[in-house]
Amino acid sequence: MNRKIKSRIEVALIYLFIAFMFVVIAYPLLWTISMSLNPGTSLYSASLIPEKPSLEHYKWLFTSPQSDYLLWYKNSLFVAAINAILSVLFTALIAYAFSRYRFVGRKMGLYLFLVLQMFPSLMAMVALYVLLNMLHLLDSLWGLILIYVGGQIPFNAWLVKGYFDTIPRELDEAARMDGAGHFGVFFRIMLPLAKPILAVVALFNFMAPFTDFLLPSIVLRDPEKYTLAVGLFNFISDRFANNFTRFAAGSILIAAPIAIVFLFLQRYLISGLTAGGTKG
Amino acid sequence: MSKQKMRHRPTVAIILSILFAGLGQLYNRRYVKGILFIVIEAVFLITFYNFLNIGLWGLITLGEIPMVDHSIFLLIQGLVSVIIIAFAAVLYYFNIIDARKDALRLQRGEPFPSLLESCGNVWDKGFPYVFVTPGLIMLLFVVVLPLLFMVSLAFTDYNLYNSPPRHLLHWVGFKNFKNLVSVPIWQDTFFSVFAWTIVWTIVATTLQIALGLFLAILVNDPRIKFKRFIRTVLILPWAVPAFVTILVFAAMFNDKFGAINRDILSAFGVMIPWMTDPFWTKVALILIQTWLGFPFVFALFTGVLQSISRDWYEAAEMDGATRWQKFRSITLPHVLYATAPLLIMQYAGNFNNFNIIYLFNDGGPAVRGQNAGGTDILISWVYDLTFTTNNYNMAAAISIIIGLIVSGFALYQFRRTRSFKEEGNI
Repeated sequence: MNRKIKSRIEVALIYLFIAFMFVVIAYPLLWTISMSLNPGTSLYSASLIPEKPSLEHYKWLFTSPQSDYLLWYKNSLFVAAINAILSVLFTALIAYAFSRYRFVGRKMGLYLFLVLQMFPSLMAMVALYVLLNMLHLLDSLWGLILIYVGGQIPFNAWLVKGYFDTIPRELDEAARMDGAGHFGVFFRIMLPLAKPILAVVALFNFMAPFTDFLLPSIVLRDPEKYTLAVGLFNFISDRFANNFTRFAAGSILIAAPIAIVFLFLQRYLISGLTAGGTKG
Repeated sequence: MSKQKMRHRPTVAIILSILFAGLGQLYNRRYVKGILFIVIEAVFLITFYNFLNIGLWGLITLGEIPMVDHSIFLLIQGLVSVIIIAFAAVLYYFNIIDARKDALRLQRGEPFPSLLESCGNVWDKGFPYVFVTPGLIMLLFVVVLPLLFMVSLAFTDYNLYNSPPRHLLHWVGFKNFKNLVSVPIWQDTFFSVFAWTIVWTIVATTLQIALGLFLAILVNDPRIKFKRFIRTVLILPWAVPAFVTILVFAAMFNDKFGAINRDILSAFGVMIPWMTDPFWTKVALILIQTWLGFPFVFALFTGVLQSISRDWYEAAEMDGATRWQKFRSITLPHVLYATAPLLIMQYAGNFNNFNIIYLFNDGGPAVRGQNAGGTDILISWVYDLTFTTNNYNMAAAISIIIGLIVSGFALYQFRRTRSFKEEGNI
């Protein structure tokens, strides 16, 4: 009897703690939503439960002639789509070579990837700025794409190579017997079988431009070329002067789709990462 | 025939191919290959000679006439030249190896493969390079070259007052590093920023791991219901883009009109200077990072906990182990063993967690007698030095220090990653 009561109290305490965590997690998120529904643009007069909730900020983002929001959305989609396609292509080619062939420099290449993925790209910002300037790619979405595609290689090459390693070699050998060449094996065996991991890579690279503000804020100058994150950041870069409610509305429209996709895919992500962590 | 065999010397082939690519092959009487190699080297020299010449000169001198020579462009051209030469050297090495191999073959009197066969051979052997090259070139120009550039800047005198094209840059050796630890203002700033970076990395990361582990164990308890729902909610902070949440927190922690002071703490009659007092800003940053970071650890540990066999616990219960003993000797070792590399990555990630520091309060509040803000970590200080005060040389020097520390993490990772040990046997 005593033991049962003790167990009940324990369970109650666990639920209590989880409920506390729920409040801590939900509070900032709900607060953002309520801010976005507050009429007026000042943070000071905004309240947690708006007296007259309105969608005026959402309307402003999409319809006001002063708002570049749709343009930013279009830019972000463009960068995201091209980045996803090129990243998958380059990464898959490299991963295939490293997984299936033994060639001079292979081990060094793998080491290089492992080291390079640790260095924050921020360290190289000045150089990237000068380089893009030399190539006349400053203030251009293509310049941004170039850096994204090159920068993702070390991390994703490992990820995809790990997956390719799990595809049995007998399959390639059988295809070789049937007369498939190097390219044949790649396109007809490896790519179709590695669809899940390639989808993950594509998705990562599709989402990155929506959430990265640092690189675009250095590369892009013209507000018409901004991606969403830079544009939104500039809403409030004069430190919450008066645009916070608008910022809240704009960021909810980015965060909501990303969060939903993410929640659906996090299982794959975790299994990919643990496999990568213990097996490399 | 046998006389000829004896007379053919591999050393001659090697020396000839060192003199000019392809000569060794000609000596081996492989005329098509030899001519091809000669043409390739000639084309290489003709196209790149000027570029390499100026590049190397620029790399050494960094220019000689102000307003005409632009040191930065020369430096980059120099680094590109070094990369091209490195590539050429590798190819040249293969040319020499090839000459030696063929010469040895001739000496032994073995027949050569026909032209068609050797073409097929080259295609098969060279194929992985065809696949790797496009990505490798991108990697070189987008990641490696910028890093080399940054490293070089640390040894120059490039700053706001000495910048091209009006002035020339000079190589100054280790002077920037010496200044960092000996000039008082740099010294004070460097040591206080460094100390806070270490404290920040250890405290914030350990807290997020501890909270993630604690929650994972709680939710994994068989008596708890609605597991799926609870897990989904607990992962939410990870799903929302971090730059959005950090900016939201920055508004919530605002001293005057933020929700924390106005709606929550005012109930207790407290006002905390979150943004203006370095100590409280640090507390706020650690709290926010814990909020942002625990879901990843939680998700990770949940996966591992489910894979620990029940048998272990049952055996322990037979022996009358307490809950704490079971945690200490079964759960913890399992969880840590499986996830150690990823946890180390968490520390490395926070060490360079620029976003949160910059977006929350821009490294502020300002501190007297320092040229970094009170909550600046090394990487955000580098950003400030580069883009606000244009102290490029010092920023580069600090970057190198960051790089060295990061390599420490990488070294650990090498030794941990099991597949690397397996790779070693291939």
